Amino acid sequence: MTLDNAVALAPAERATQLIGGDLTEKSLRLHLEGLPGVDAVGLEARAADLGTRSIKTTSKARALDTIIGLIDLTTLEGADTPGKVQSLAAKAMIPDPSDLSTPRVAAVCVYGDMVPCAVEALGSAGGEAGIHVAAVATAFPSGRASLPVKIADTRDAVLAGADEIDMVIDRGAFLSGRYGLVFDQIVAVKEACRREDGSYAHLKVILETGELTTYDNVRRASWLAILAGGDFIKTSTGKVAPAATLPVTLLMLQVVNDWHRLTGEKIGVKPAGGIRTSKDAIKYLVTVAETVGEEWLQPHLFRFGASSLLNDVLLQRQKLTTGHYSGPDYVTVD
Amino acid sequence: MTDISTRFLDYAPAPESTSILHLRDSYGLFINGEFTSGHGETFQTISPATEKKIADIASADAQDVDAAVAAARRAYERTWSKLSGADRGKYLFRIARLVQERARELAVAESLDNGKPIKETRDVDIPLVAAWFFYYAGWADKLDYAGLGPNPASLGVAAQVIPWNFPLLMLAWKIAPALAAGNTVVIKPAETTPLTALLFAEILQQADLPAGVVNIITGAGDTGALLVNHPDVNKVAFTGSTAVGRAIARSTAGSGKKLTLELGGKAANIVFDDAPIDQAIEGIVNGIFFNQGHVCCAGSRLLVQENVHDEVVDRLKQRLTTLRLGDPLDKNTDIGAINSREQLDRIRELSNVGDEEGATRWTAPCEIPAKGFWFAPTIFTGVSTSHRIAREEVFGPVLSVLTFRTPVEAIAKANNTPYGLSAGIWSSNGSRVLAVADKLRAGVVWANTFNQFDPSSPFGGYKESGYGREGGRHGLAAYLESAGWGSQTTIAKGATA
Repeated sequence: MTLDNAVALAPAERATQLIGGDLTEKSLRLHLEGLPGVDAVGLEARAADLGTRSIKTTSKARALDTIIGLIDLTTLEGADTPGKVQSLAAKAMIPDPSDLSTPRVAAVCVYGDMVPCAVEALGSAGGEAGIHVAAVATAFPSGRASLPVKIADTRDAVLAGADEIDMVIDRGAFLSGRYGLVFDQIVAVKEACRREDGSYAHLKVILETGELTTYDNVRRASWLAILAGGDFIKTSTGKVAPAATLPVTLLMLQVVNDWHRLTGEKIGVKPAGGIRTSKDAIKYLVTVAETVGEEWLQPHLFRFGASSLLNDVLLQRQKLTTGHYSGPDYVTVD
Repeated sequence: MTDISTRFLDYAPAPESTSILHLRDSYGLFINGEFTSGHGETFQTISPATEKKIADIASADAQDVDAAVAAARRAYERTWSKLSGADRGKYLFRIARLVQERARELAVAESLDNGKPIKETRDVDIPLVAAWFFYYAGWADKLDYAGLGPNPASLGVAAQVIPWNFPLLMLAWKIAPALAAGNTVVIKPAETTPLTALLFAEILQQADLPAGVVNIITGAGDTGALLVNHPDVNKVAFTGSTAVGRAIARSTAGSGKKLTLELGGKAANIVFDDAPIDQAIEGIVNGIFFNQGHVCCAGSRLLVQENVHDEVVDRLKQRLTTLRLGDPLDKNTDIGAINSREQLDRIRELSNVGDEEGATRWTAPCEIPAKGFWFAPTIFTGVSTSHRIAREEVFGPVLSVLTFRTPVEAIAKANNTPYGLSAGIWSSNGSRVLAVADKLRAGVVWANTFNQFDPSSPFGGYKESGYGREGGRHGLAAYLESAGWGSQTTIAKGATA
């Protein structure tokens, strides 16, 4: 349409391979707008259908342990303190003191300034092979800051030892059709995830689907985030309602499935916010297993962003082990 | 951690309990409000998933059919035609509520007797049965507004013969409008699936429906023939195969009996290249693998635009590998048992013809239980319009994939069938959907969905798929006569309706 369209974008590897070397605003737009549409009624019906699977006995026991191992145990409050983060880290390592066979969670997720505190609290249980520290960055949750600020925010967390960065996209830019801007920012943040030794902190790209409002937008934003180099696509910050929903997660898994069919590469998915019960979380496991396959049920390919979910899973787990329900006083408060 | 050598996807069994069922060892005929033993030879109804006997079922001979029709006639003249519409509605509402109250029991019984998965009987069949009775209960006192003029008259005794694919739902489709319109009924469920109709008879007793208003007689095809050919019935309604429908049309011709037929189909499910692809795959699966493909309006011919053929087939295969075939009573079962050995033989025969004619068969990888009647979801690609699997109704989980290049070709191929019951269109382009739907010769056209049923929506076919409509306001017309001027009988009947 205008000169804008000819503006070259950052040459992210995935995008140049798929769309072509001369990546521009225009070529990106044409690609995203050429994606097949989403029929909302059909998508929601499929999600509801997946939600009716009946997971019992041994399958349920396995599901509960799997869920715990996929949780990013999260605290993202203005009122967070080092003490709160230490307590969270302790729970991440030993979720249920009454049953030490309980698996550990995948990661703890905190604000950037709490990363040193989380790293220290996890100690030897942390690190690449252990429980990860994930930091939200890029002016979370709104993303309303200049790119240099977002980059600084990210660098700071990575330097402090964060294994994973949960960034937010600029939803305003996305909704006004400036896909190139969103793309370039993700590429820049990805670069900011680079450590001194050349390795990268894992990048989760938060789409904030509650603000994108249509499923077509969610599909486009998912593709955009993958093309720009995201390791994970994540539904929400948890600060906007609706947060994660089953249909939105299903749709993002379908995109990941398409990407896998196309390139053989596996992208992770993280629903976050609003998943509070084991029953809900099991529906997500079923959706993952029946959409992309159960190999995705591993921490490097699927996560739950949640805070209260863990305690409900622990209660259910105790019920399966002991045969009777206990109560909220038999699991620890964070 | 739990053992990870097994797959999460191998969900542990989650069977629905059968303890809610209190079945008798044998069931008689339900005539004049009571169960009586039949004079024909008793037969067994079995579970197609295990081949185990469920109960002995009485068979109605000519004498029993006479008794049933006589009971219906008596009830029509003495009771039902004299009740006000509001009172008829009261009974229908009562039946609807009882169906809801006993929903779980009916769902289990239906799965057991028919072989269809419990998730379908629980979420589709039985809720729709209740919905049908609620819907027509509302019509009972509003017949003046059915579009047939003031005081439309009931017909009298309706003889109804229903198939085995949706046993209780087809019963509801037949009985609810008939009773709302003021007729009485003699109905014959299919030989292989009489169980829920007999439980429904108990519901009628619970509802205190006046004796003889609904009579339920069991038996095979000859019982059905005796019923539809009985001289004292005023209306015949049949759902089933085109061959039997033809025979009924022939035998009732000139008899003055009003006739509606809902017969076979070979529906086209048309997928354009701009379709919402993931939802289209779901729609294709739902279109042909719902109820093991035992659906007269099943989308058994997939017409895919040539440029997306490979992608659609590829995605479809990936999706089909997640379908779970097995115990119909397991809550996670997607594909249940084929209803009878006879039907299984027919599906096998036609599939073999598909191979012989040169189509390429692909079968979803699933373990087939040792006992019972099973057929894994199957796709035939490279099918031509001249192949038998593209022309004849398989009535099983077998999909024929054909291609087209332009909308004109899609429409021509979709209409190129002796049937005309339903069709599906998948496209994100709304104007294309409307333009194509307008040219399809099918009673129902679904856009970006498939196999959706609602009591307020009329259902029926073109050509060899039958005539007459069921459901909605149109469904009432099959059981009413317009009280036109000059017709003595209708005026006389209208006075009492």
